[in-house]
Amino acid sequence: MTPLLSVENLSIGFGRDEAVVRDVSFRVMPGETLALVGESGSGKTVTCRAVLRILPRNAQIRSGTVMLNSGGKSLDLTTMGERRLRDVRGNQVAMIFQEPMRSLSPLHRIGNQVSEVLWLHREGSDSDAKRQVLDTFARVGFPDPERAYRSYPFELSGGMRQRAMIAMAMVAKPDLLIADEPTTALDVTTQAQVLGLIKELQRETGMGLILVTHDLGVVANMAEQVVVMHRGRIMEAGAAEPLLRSPAHPYTRQLFNAAPSIPAEAKPAPPLPDQDLILQMKAVSKTYTMRAGSAWRPDVLIHACRGIDLKLPRGKTLAIVGESGSGKTTAARIALGAELPDPGGEVLFRPKDADPIAVHHMSRSERTAFQRQAQMVFQDPYSSLSPRMRVLDALTEPLEIHRIGTRAERRDRAAEMLRQVGLNPDMLQRYPHAFSGGQRQRLSIARAMMLDPSLIVCDEPTSALDVSVQEQILTLLEDIRDRMGLSYLFISHDLAVVARIADEVAVMRQGLVVEQAPPDTLFYNPKHPYTKALIAAQPTPDIDRPIDLKLVALGAGAPESWPDGFRFSDTVIPSLTELEPGHKVRYHV
Amino acid sequence: MPILRYAIYRFATMLLTLLVVSVMVFVIINLPPGDYLSNQIAELRASGQEAGVAKAEFLRTEYALDRPLWQQYMIWVGFMPGPNGFAGLVQGNFGWSFEFDRPVSEIVGESLWLTVLVNLAAVLFVYMVALPLGVLAAAKSKTWIDYTSAFVGYLGLATPNFLLALILFYYGHKYFDLPIGGLMDPAFEGQPMGWDKARSILIHLIVPTFVIGTSGASAMMQRLRANMLDELGKPYVETAIAKGMSPSRMLTKYPLRVAFNPFVADIGNLLPAMVSGSVLVSVVLGLQTIGPTLLTALKTQDQFLSAFVLMFVALLTLMGTMISDVLLVLLDPRIRYEGRDA
Repeated sequence: MTPLLSVENLSIGFGRDEAVVRDVSFRVMPGETLALVGESGSGKTVTCRAVLRILPRNAQIRSGTVMLNSGGKSLDLTTMGERRLRDVRGNQVAMIFQEPMRSLSPLHRIGNQVSEVLWLHREGSDSDAKRQVLDTFARVGFPDPERAYRSYPFELSGGMRQRAMIAMAMVAKPDLLIADEPTTALDVTTQAQVLGLIKELQRETGMGLILVTHDLGVVANMAEQVVVMHRGRIMEAGAAEPLLRSPAHPYTRQLFNAAPSIPAEAKPAPPLPDQDLILQMKAVSKTYTMRAGSAWRPDVLIHACRGIDLKLPRGKTLAIVGESGSGKTTAARIALGAELPDPGGEVLFRPKDADPIAVHHMSRSERTAFQRQAQMVFQDPYSSLSPRMRVLDALTEPLEIHRIGTRAERRDRAAEMLRQVGLNPDMLQRYPHAFSGGQRQRLSIARAMMLDPSLIVCDEPTSALDVSVQEQILTLLEDIRDRMGLSYLFISHDLAVVARIADEVAVMRQGLVVEQAPPDTLFYNPKHPYTKALIAAQPTPDIDRPIDLKLVALGAGAPESWPDGFRFSDTVIPSLTELEPGHKVRYHV
Repeated sequence: MPILRYAIYRFATMLLTLLVVSVMVFVIINLPPGDYLSNQIAELRASGQEAGVAKAEFLRTEYALDRPLWQQYMIWVGFMPGPNGFAGLVQGNFGWSFEFDRPVSEIVGESLWLTVLVNLAAVLFVYMVALPLGVLAAAKSKTWIDYTSAFVGYLGLATPNFLLALILFYYGHKYFDLPIGGLMDPAFEGQPMGWDKARSILIHLIVPTFVIGTSGASAMMQRLRANMLDELGKPYVETAIAKGMSPSRMLTKYPLRVAFNPFVADIGNLLPAMVSGSVLVSVVLGLQTIGPTLLTALKTQDQFLSAFVLMFVALLTLMGTMISDVLLVLLDPRIRYEGRDA
């Protein structure tokens, strides 16, 4: 059988620099999925874009061929003219990009943008095209295709936009679909559903698929063939099953070990101690008012957090897990005093050997003391460090603000902290741009540590990082916690990350904690449909544990679609009930 | 129909703003001590020409300049009966020019629409030149096309308008037999509009349009280029290419569409800037626009004339912003549907 696409000895470089993709070869059979796996900078994205020659202007294909066998003809995509290539793009080979938010034009209706593919590549009337687009919309899961046709991208959620992108790619029934990290920007339950959709469509149409991803869990769920790339070269390639069961190349093994996963088997864990709490949130709610924009409509109340009670014992890690918009970040901001809770809510911080501080009614001196004790590590290491401050200045600034130590002492402490986070004290004079993402996150951690705090709030500290770097940062965080007796409030959307670091997990949905338990208990005996969906949706790099889409669909929908016992609305909310010691679930008793 | 409602709302606010502007214009014009007539009376008295004084006194009562300021204002706008009943701006009576000793409407009459004509032509010129060049410069950034257009653009920005005017007149006359100065052949002045007169005006418009529009066009071109370059880096451009669109169709449908919004918003600013900016050009080119008239009126404290001209410029500005606001709402669904349920 002839392969649908064969890439032979492909090399690509930018300007006069050394090649970023070197001697890459692979084949995709019709109806087959090939996963291109690698971390950022591995050249996987450049490789997949080279197939359609959608490359930055200063990039050139230096050698190699890309042959597409479609409709009984063999086309050389590297040498064919730009004009003929346009007939291939979107027609025989379609692409889906990473960021559904930004990959659609904000000013054109979805229907227009999708129909355009047919206008470009198919003869036939506009009404034919529209009917075909509506069919595709229905196929990719829009409940109301007509409405989707008229919508603008900003009116849809991230998952729906990615469905629109998929519809755009699928509407001309291509022979090959190239999906460049199609689910990286999505919540885990949405990711599971989108992956399921792509797979179904592939089964129906028999198209080939190149899936570019950094996530071995996604690979295990989707691929028949795997190509592992590192620094522009192929490290290992082959059929998915043997490769995933026993990776041969050390780099592949390294990727495997770094991939976070939910343990396959879990035992219930003992509940957390209830005394010596460092942080306690009591009945914390937060309501935002969204102005309706017109005098005739009432303002909309948004319940970001509803009645949150959380306890963080000293030296432990409490994780809040939820999708975007679940209220997890708002809860963390309230815990740090950055936001005021609705009246009635209270946050207590108990320093060691001192009276508890009510975080939202602090005196000036209490505030200073609290700020020294409680620090934060942010999500995006690229924007949380000022590009105009040297590392030394960034690290010593907290000490200057609190007037601690002399210049020399501050400097020594900064050097010491760099050593603590695994960086070299020589780096003090550098600017942040000289560091990689992982190193920057180490710097952020070092900065948070400068004041010798006892509580650190980590807001998705690893979600912008590659898996292997994520693994290192998590290890570092655990290490520091145990060495210095820190307590973490850890915010994440990723259960697998949390599985490893947290002592207790609170799962949030629409501002409510729906289930709360130590992670092992949660994985052993998840009760709430949403928790079950989260666990089921988590792609694990284990080929024997595929994503269970039925469970995902059951719990990831709106709360009204949950089984009777768990349902809630704006007015009727079941209470969080202790099922067994240390395991709370929100359900109607 | 939300757009219609918005347009009506926007029109109402425009009228309100115009009312406030009229108060401010009137107050500011009356800030310097005295008025045209009292100055004249003092002058006449000093030189002993009692006959003139009587006429001036008559005009003073005729135009209610002897009344308190607020009453003068009300009469001027036409909210209050003056010596001759209701006869203000609202009723279409623009007042009397003391300097020229003629009704304001007669003085500004033709130059009013010539001003609009010249400036509209210049605005059109700005958009017609800046759009294609800006897009081209962005699409071919860092090539000789980009550099050349940038060079020409900066040259246009840096050359003083009146100098450009003189140069263009000289060469235009020498090589293309273009007329020098004025907005029409002197033979047509004061004549009713006809085919020949329109042709004459069009030919006379060429050089002024070019002169007034050049700097605006080069500034806009540079901004459009920068905006386009930003947009070209966005992922939706990649999506469009991956669909198989041709570069020119892709450019005009997506990035240009997004980069264009700021330019629609500019219409409002462009009009008044050109009216006031073209005063010098009008003087040099001998254009019968309203600019030079305004200059004279302000210098001689000819209050009804200057107030009217200022009101006219304000009206142009407000209409410009209104048009661009309504256009923006039409063009950008993100503004249109703000707050609509998804």
